[in-house]
Amino acid sequence: MPDKDGFEERLRQARARHGVDTPPGGGQLPQGGTWGFGLRAGVEVVSALIVGVAAGWFLDRWLGTWPWLFLLFFVLGSVAGVLNVYRLFNPARRGPGPS
Amino acid sequence: MAAEGKTIDALGQFELKTVLGPIGEAVGFTQSSAHMLLAVGIIIGTIMIGMSRRAVVPGRLQSLTESLYEFIADLVGNQVGQHEGRRFVPFVFALFTFILVGNLLGLLPYAFTFTSHIAVTFTLAFIVFVLITVVAFALHGKKFFGYFFPEGAPIWLAPIIIPVEVISYLSRPVSLAIRLFANMTAGHVLLKVFATFVVLLGGLGAVGPFIAILPLATNVAIVGFEILVALLQAYVFAILTSIYLHDAVHLH
Repeated sequence: MPDKDGFEERLRQARARHGVDTPPGGGQLPQGGTWGFGLRAGVEVVSALIVGVAAGWFLDRWLGTWPWLFLLFFVLGSVAGVLNVYRLFNPARRGPGPS
Repeated sequence: MAAEGKTIDALGQFELKTVLGPIGEAVGFTQSSAHMLLAVGIIIGTIMIGMSRRAVVPGRLQSLTESLYEFIADLVGNQVGQHEGRRFVPFVFALFTFILVGNLLGLLPYAFTFTSHIAVTFTLAFIVFVLITVVAFALHGKKFFGYFFPEGAPIWLAPIIIPVEVISYLSRPVSLAIRLFANMTAGHVLLKVFATFVVLLGGLGAVGPFIAILPLATNVAIVGFEILVALLQAYVFAILTSIYLHDAVHLH
């Protein structure tokens, strides 16, 4: 069926206007070369680790289970750090549904 | 301050001191707070004076203000959506200009860089964090928790995915804060170290002043680089805030 009233085009524009589709290219951080990427990846990993370690340490102190939760959350923090870096490199994974 | 007793004192510049004599001492008013007030004053002054004429053909200050506003409005509009993004423009604008002017102020001689303190950057990042969480809750209610567990993932993976996603979410303000703080601190330490080299080498007999030209030239280059970093970090903070706002508004 021919798209006689330009429905697809209007839908696309409406989606872009409401920010459902991130415009390609302009939607991401400036590509500051490999240096910028490396530094940002480092910050992402370190901050996830800090959060994981801090969470584990405080939970341990609260529940008196030192050092088990600390170790567990250290691993979880590392995984979250890797996940952060993965998202940094694959920002296009913004399909339908939460990610 | 530089090269006291022939040592490199790179971190002394970040020390907080109270200003305004006994009054400042009594309330803990430091040079950091003074520079924050100065930054806010500069921003408000620029905007007020810039927009007072409202000329059709803008003058320098007016076009500076207008392009700054349009820059942020476009940035937020592209990220969050032209319609939904509107209400976040003032917030991101305030954040961006505050960090930008703070970074640039710190590059002036005798000035203090308040963005080089993690207490300041983390406070700013925490405000962003609270805002995105509140916005996500207000718009989506309980569906917000779906953020931490992707639909369609096998249920037995939940004990792994949920803590990892929660940590990843909580790491956002930390990474925002560390990025700005680390960039500003590292730059100023570098400047101070090379400036100290100039002084130390300059005192090294006859050839000293000639060798001292090298760190001096390096410092000139670093100042240029620091101006870039100051602009870039303010931009990165603003755009990451917008990306997080996009996630909060559209929940994915």
